[in-house]
Amino acid sequence: MTTGYQLKRADFIFKNQNDWEEILSKNIIRNPQDLINDLISSELKGRGGAGFPTGLKWKLSAEAVNDTKYVICNADEGEPGTFKDREILSKVPFKVLTAMAVCGHVIGAKEGYIYLRGEYFFLRPELNKAISEFDYYCREINFDFTIRIFMGSGAYICGEETALFESMEGKRGEPRNKPPFPSSSGYMGKPTVINNVETLAHTYTIFKYGAKRFYDLGVQYSRGSKLFSVSGDTPKPGIYELELGMSLSDFVDEFGDGDTKAVQVGGASGFLVPRKRFGETVIGFQGKLTGISLPTGGSMMLFNSSRSMFNVLDNYLEFFREESCGQCTPCRVGCQQLLNGIKAVKRGEKNAMYLDKLLRLTETMQYTAKCGLGQSIANSFSSIVENFREEMIY
Amino acid sequence: MNPISDLIRNLADQHGRNRQNLLPILQGVVEQEKYLSEYSMIEIARELDLPASEVYGTATFYSFLEHKKMGRYIIRICKTITCSMKGKNQVQLAIQDMLKIGIGETTADGNFSLLQTNCLGFCHMAPAMLINNDMFTELTPEKVREILSVYMNKKKEGESNDNRLST
Repeated sequence: MTTGYQLKRADFIFKNQNDWEEILSKNIIRNPQDLINDLISSELKGRGGAGFPTGLKWKLSAEAVNDTKYVICNADEGEPGTFKDREILSKVPFKVLTAMAVCGHVIGAKEGYIYLRGEYFFLRPELNKAISEFDYYCREINFDFTIRIFMGSGAYICGEETALFESMEGKRGEPRNKPPFPSSSGYMGKPTVINNVETLAHTYTIFKYGAKRFYDLGVQYSRGSKLFSVSGDTPKPGIYELELGMSLSDFVDEFGDGDTKAVQVGGASGFLVPRKRFGETVIGFQGKLTGISLPTGGSMMLFNSSRSMFNVLDNYLEFFREESCGQCTPCRVGCQQLLNGIKAVKRGEKNAMYLDKLLRLTETMQYTAKCGLGQSIANSFSSIVENFREEMIY
Repeated sequence: MNPISDLIRNLADQHGRNRQNLLPILQGVVEQEKYLSEYSMIEIARELDLPASEVYGTATFYSFLEHKKMGRYIIRICKTITCSMKGKNQVQLAIQDMLKIGIGETTADGNFSLLQTNCLGFCHMAPAMLINNDMFTELTPEKVREILSVYMNKKKEGESNDNRLST
């Protein structure tokens, strides 16, 4: 109460989707500029983890001049500890489809794709059924927008937007250089809006209840609610919709098992927060005035004192080593060296000072890697090594 | 005509012959054959008029597009952090013990392959595994033995059907 950053539950995303026909037909006759203004004033930021303002994204694509544009829903949910997108697509698919169509209306796109990760193949039949029902309604109201599913094939890096385009174009999922950004040159070199599943579901909330309602949730710079995927050492793992801007200690009080030693915020590419920092950490986007503020795609993994942080880091690095696309040297070689390095320290082949060398390596990767994968390894690596150095050494 | 060439031609007719149709075609072949042989990759390259090296390069990038002969049922057990914390190793040992294969191997009868995979997105119901496209969660050694015996029986029924067809 004193901090003002309490945990508050919200319930928008999974609330009924039965009014999708009404929301769709009402919004596709509205002025695109008004819809963009709504999104901008709601301060909705991308829920995939990067937190780019959604209204601005739509605006940039709307301003791009091209006959062909695309709307893509990024359902390549691969971040360890994240599973909210699957739940959205299986429970309220029409919200996502409606939001895609409205986005198509705003930017002037006639085609939309859902890039669904290969692991979620079992969602496809139901999702296809929803899409054909949606298509039928679009034809009925004479609205020209088609949605198709594109299946991924088990590559984490394809969740990176430009790697996703490469993959859809039939190539290796290797991220491109930015700029150009997707809003001017995305899929097939055309202006493309690519949004996370949850972001699209939130735009539905905004279309339905208005920007003000959404803006009133959360705290400054971190508006709205967010789905959190809670897993690890917790008595109640699952998906929870909470307002942004809660303090981590509140979160641990609610979801911890009483012995929480650390929380990994934002999956393997996020940060590990040790117990002593719970109080000063707030979950939301950067730019807050007090304490540490951590952005997240919604992955919250709790570890209790029975877990060795060495094993945790080892597991993450193994993950990154396999999922690195291998295109740029800092990431390809860096992941390998970090993994070998911590093992060598653990075995006693290298002395403890070697960890500092590895920390400098992650810093180099942060500056020189081509995409978010290589750049973000520094997050978990440094937060684990700095806070649990003794566990790395012995 | 070779059945794989027919399959590839059908897939190309269905999806199109542009570069952006490559992944759905590769996926279609894997769905049928469980893997991409050198022959299928060359055939796809021919059908789409692409260099075979490009097809190979793309195919080998994706972990679900196998390029080694696989069993009829591919078991992919999740090894990422939460599953690993919640007893993935015991489950894996139960599978290995039952099928008598290690990670990356296929049973002698060609029915099961065992692989590890990265996060399947079921961390709240860990440990999880995929058998082909079916998801199984909250696994225990006991549970996984039951699941596998169902698949083994399926396999026997399948075999008897095959025999009837061949005689």
